[in-house]
Amino acid sequence: MERSSPAVPEPEVYRFQEALPPLTAHEATVEAHRCLYCYDAPCMQACPTHIDIPSFIRKISTGNLRGSGRVILEANFLGATCARVCPVQELCEGACVLGKDHTPIQIGRLQRYATDHIFERGVQVFTPSPPTGRSVAVIGSGPAGISVSAELAKLGHRVTLFERRELGGGLSTYGIIGLREPVEVSLREVEAVQNLGVEVRTGVELTDREGLDVLLSQYDAVFLGLGLGAVPALGIPGEEAVLDGLTVIEASKVEPWRLKVGPLALGKRVVVIGAGNTAIDAATVGRRHGAEVEIVYRRTEHEMTAYRHEYEFALHEGVRFTFLTQPVGVEVEDGRVTGLRCVRMSLGVADASGRPRPEPVPGSEFVIPCDTVIAAIGQEKPALAAQLGLALENGYIQVDDGLQTSLPRVYAGGDCIRVRGSASTVMAVQDGKLAAASIHAALMASPVAAD
Amino acid sequence: MADLSVNFAGIRAPNPFWLASAPPTNSGMQVHRAFEHGWGGAVWKTIGAPVLNISNRYGGLSLGGQRLVAINNVELISDRPLEVNLREIAEVKRMWPDRALIVSAMVDADPKAWREIVMQIEDTGADGIELNYGCPQGMSERGMGAAVGQVPEMCQLNTHWVTSVTRLPVIVKLTPNVTHITDPAHAALAGGAHALSLINTINSVMKVDLDTLLVTPSIGGQATHGGYAGPAVKPIALHMLSELMCDPTVRASGVPICGMGGIQTWRDAAEFLLLGASALQVCTAAMHYGYRIIEDFVDGLSNWMDDKGFATLADVTGRSLPQMSSFGGLDLGYQAVARIDPDKCIQCDLCYVACNDTAHQCIDLYSPEGVKVNPGFNVRDGGKQVAQGRATPVVREPDCVGCALCANVCPVDGCIEMVSVPSGRPSVTWDQLTATRPAVTQEWAAMEAYRKEAGIEIH
Ligand SMILES: Cc1cc2nc3c(=O)[nH]c(=O)nc-3n(C[C@H](O)[C@H](O)[C@H](O)COP(=O)(O)OP(=O)(O)OC[C@H]3O[C@@H](n4cnc5c(N)ncnc54)[C@H](O)[C@@H]3O)c2cc1C
Ligand SMILES: Cc1cc2nc3c(=O)[nH]c(=O)nc-3n(C[C@H](O)[C@H](O)[C@H](O)COP(=O)(O)O)c2cc1C
Ligand code: SF4
Ligand code: SF4
Ligand code: SF4
Repeated sequence: MERSSPAVPEPEVYRFQEALPPLTAHEATVEAHRCLYCYDAPCMQACPTHIDIPSFIRKISTGNLRGSGRVILEANFLGATCARVCPVQELCEGACVLGKDHTPIQIGRLQRYATDHIFERGVQVFTPSPPTGRSVAVIGSGPAGISVSAELAKLGHRVTLFERRELGGGLSTYGIIGLREPVEVSLREVEAVQNLGVEVRTGVELTDREGLDVLLSQYDAVFLGLGLGAVPALGIPGEEAVLDGLTVIEASKVEPWRLKVGPLALGKRVVVIGAGNTAIDAATVGRRHGAEVEIVYRRTEHEMTAYRHEYEFALHEGVRFTFLTQPVGVEVEDGRVTGLRCVRMSLGVADASGRPRPEPVPGSEFVIPCDTVIAAIGQEKPALAAQLGLALENGYIQVDDGLQTSLPRVYAGGDCIRVRGSASTVMAVQDGKLAAASIHAALMASPVAAD
Repeated sequence: MADLSVNFAGIRAPNPFWLASAPPTNSGMQVHRAFEHGWGGAVWKTIGAPVLNISNRYGGLSLGGQRLVAINNVELISDRPLEVNLREIAEVKRMWPDRALIVSAMVDADPKAWREIVMQIEDTGADGIELNYGCPQGMSERGMGAAVGQVPEMCQLNTHWVTSVTRLPVIVKLTPNVTHITDPAHAALAGGAHALSLINTINSVMKVDLDTLLVTPSIGGQATHGGYAGPAVKPIALHMLSELMCDPTVRASGVPICGMGGIQTWRDAAEFLLLGASALQVCTAAMHYGYRIIEDFVDGLSNWMDDKGFATLADVTGRSLPQMSSFGGLDLGYQAVARIDPDKCIQCDLCYVACNDTAHQCIDLYSPEGVKVNPGFNVRDGGKQVAQGRATPVVREPDCVGCALCANVCPVDGCIEMVSVPSGRPSVTWDQLTATRPAVTQEWAAMEAYRKEAGIEIH
C-alpha cells in the first residue's frame, strides 16, 4: 500500500480525543477520598501487576502526586497505558469492595491522573543501579518488551530494544484506538525507557535463527516480546476486497487521512466481521468516521468474546449487531464492494470450547448491502517462533515458570506466549517483570563474560 | 406535626433555629430574608465599640475533600455605623413580630457604656440582649469579648451592669477558651443573667500553606489566631453544654441555655436539645450553604419528633442528660464485645488491621472454607475473581476488650455491633471501690489481688 505524503491535510478532527476526560484536581481528590484504603486490598490482588492501589490512591488524597505516580510505575512501568486500556471491570475495579452495593472506585481514571502528572512534568521516577556488566537484547517494543527492558535497566543491565516498526510501543501505538489511548501516551513510555539508558533501535527486524544466534553471541540473554501476527484470512470468495481491521485501526491512529482516500477509504456502510474486542474497536473507528456500521457474528450475544462493557460501549456508539449470521462471500462490482453475502445460522450442540456450535440454516442466504467490509477475527499466532526453532505450545512460544523458552538464555513474554486467558496489555507487563526477575537471577549467578 | 415553638427566657419564637450573631445577621436586609426563609430568630451581629475590619479574614478546614468542616475567622464585631444597625433592628422587628430578634452587644468594661447601648437596644423593640464575652481576637486585646468571658469577676460585673438597667432578658454568651466552663457561667448567673448561650469560637490557627509557607489566612503576609467554628467543634460544644446542664448551680438557677457550635443539620440540633439546650443558634452552616438550610432543619426535626412521639421541644430538651456521669461513676463490671455481621461485611479488612496494629489483636481472618488464614496474596494471580475467595474477619470474643475501635473504623453501617455480654465480674464503680477498698485503687499489689479475685484478666 502506498505511503506517500497525505493527499488531504490532517485536520484535528481525525485525531479522536480520549473517550473519558481527565479528572480535574477536585474530582480526583473527592474520588480518592472515597477509597476506603482497604488492608490487604482485593483491588491490588486483582491487578495482574499488583499495583499497591490503596497506597497510590491515598497519596492522591494527600496531594503527593509524585509519590502516587512512583507507586504505580514501580509495579507497572506502563501504568499510563494500563490506566487507559485495562479492562478494569474485570480486574481491580471488579474486585473493589465498594462494588457490591456501591460504585467501585474509578481506579483507572485515578491512575491516569497520577501518571499524567509524572509524564506531563517529565518527572524522573527511577535511577538505574550501577552497571552490572551484563547485557540483554529485547525484541519487540510492545508492553512486554518495554516492561522487561525497564526492569532490567533499573537493575543496571545494558539493554538494547529492537523494533521492526518505525514507532515503538507495539499495539499500544498501533492497535489500541485513540478513544482509549492516544499515540502520545505510548510514545512517552518508549521515551521513559530510553531515559533509563535503554537503547531503542527501530526499523530492525529479527527474521531468522541466524539473527538470533548473532544476538546470543553479543548479549547475555535475549527476550522475545513478538506479539502476534496479522488478521487471519477468512477463506471466502472476494476476500481481496476485505480490509484488515488492524490496518484500519492503525491508520486511524497514525495516518487518519488514509481512511478518507485511497485503498483504505471507508464507505458509508461498513460491515465488520468478528465479535471480539478488535471487531468492536474497528466498528468504533467506522462510526467515528461517520459510517453506518454493522457487526456480523455467527453466534449470539452470549458467546461473544468481547467484554460486556465493550459490547455496551459499541451499542452506545450506535454500532448495530447482527447475530447468527455467517459471511460466505463478498460481492464486488467493478472492483468495488457492494455487499456481503451471508447465511443465517442456528445454534446446535456444544463444541469443544463448550459453546454451542453454529450451523447454517439451509436456503437462508442473503446479502447485506455495503461498501466496506472489515475483518477483525483475531490475530495469527507468532509465525517467527517456529523458524527460530523454539518449542511451541498450541502455536504459541512455550515457556517455563521463569518465562525461559526451550532455548537457554532465550526468554519470551506477552501475547506470543498467551496460550490461555485473554491477551491483555497488563499481562504482558507482568510477563516483562517476571522475565526480568528470572533473567536477573540467571545473569547474576554467572560471571561477567570477558569482552 | 410536632410543636417546635419556644419560649426561651421569655423570648418567643416559632422554632428553635436562630441565626447566631455573625455575618448571616449583619444587616436588616439579610435578617429580613432569613426570616422569609423561615428562621425562628436571629441574634444580630454584635454591635458596640467602633472597629475596623481587615480583609482576607476567613480560613477554612477541608477534610476528605469536604470543604468548611470548620471555619476560622479574624473578624471583629459589626463595622457598620451604630445608628444604621439600630434603625434596621427596629425595622426588622416591626415587620417580624413573631420572630425572636436579639441584639448582641459588646462595649468597653464600663457601666456608662453598657447603660448607653442597652438603652439604645431597648428603643429598637428587640426581644433580648446577648452579651458577647467571646470574641477571641481583636476585641479581647482591647479588654472586651473573651477578656471579659475569661475572668469570672469581670463577667459578673459586666453582666450586672446590664441586668440592673434593662427590663429585657439578658443572655450571656460564653467563650469556650477557658479551663472550666462552669466558672464564667456561675459568674454570669451571679450577675443576674436570664439565660446562657454557648459556645462562641475557639482560639485557632487554621493552617500553613505548603506552597507559599504563609500562615492562612494571610493578611498581607501576616497572620494571627482566629475563632474556630463549624461542624468540627460540635463535640466540644456538646461537652460544655452538658457540663453546664449537669452543674448543680446552673440547674438550680433554672436558666435556659441556647446551644450552638457546629450545628449543620437537624440531627446536630436534636443532639443539642437532648443534652439540654432549649434553643439553638447556627452560623457556619448558614455561611456555607445559605439561609435555605432552615427548611430541612424544621422539616427534619419535626419528622423525627413525630417518629419518636415527642409533641413539644420540652419533651426533648435534656432527655439524654441523665446518662451523663463521671468516670468514677461508670460500671467497671460492664462488658461489651465486637460482633461482625458476615452478611454485611465487605471485607475491607480495616477492622483487622486496626485491632491487630493498635488494639488487642483479637480479629482473625477465615477463608470461606472456615480455615484461619493470614493476609497476603499470590503474585501470579489476578482478575476480579480473587475477591470471591476473600477471607472474612471474625472476632475472638474472649480476647476482645470491647474498646470499639473496629466498630468505629468499619465503613459499613451496622456491620460491627458492640454487644453487651455477661462479664462474670462484680458490678462496681471506681468511686465505690475507692470508698470501700482504698488500697485497690492506690497500690498495684492490691490491684492485682483484686483482679484475681474478680476474675479480671488483662491480655
Ligand atoms: C485492536 C486491539 C485492541 C486491543 N485493546 C486492548 C485493550 O483495550 N486492553 C488491553 O489490555 N489489551 C488490548 N489489546 C491487547 C494488547 O494490545 C496486547 O495484549 C499487548 O499489546 C501485548 O503486548 P506484547 O508486547 O506482547 O505485543 P505487541 O503489543 O503486539 O508488541 C509486539 C511488538 O514486537 C514487534 N515485533 C514483532 N516481531 C518482531 C521482530 N521479528 N523483530 C522486531 N520487532 C518485532 C512488533 O512490531 C510490536 O511492536 C488489544 C489488541 C488489539 C489487537
Ligand atoms: C465569621 C464569624 C464571625 C463571627 N462573629 C461573631 C460576633 O460578631 N459575635 C458573636 O457573638 N459571635 C460571633 N461569631 C461566633 C458565632 O456566633 C458562633 O458562636 C460560632 O460560629 C459557633 O457556631 P457555628 O459552629 O454554628 O458557626 C462569629 C463566627 C464566625 C464564623
Ligand atoms: S478495594 Fe476499592 S475501596 Fe478498597 S482500596 Fe481498593 S479501590 Fe479502595
Ligand atoms: S472491640 Fe477493640 S479489641 Fe475488640 S475486636 Fe474490636 S478493636 Fe479488637
Ligand atoms: S471493617 Fe467492617 S466491612 Fe471491613 S472487614 Fe471489618 S467488618 Fe468487614
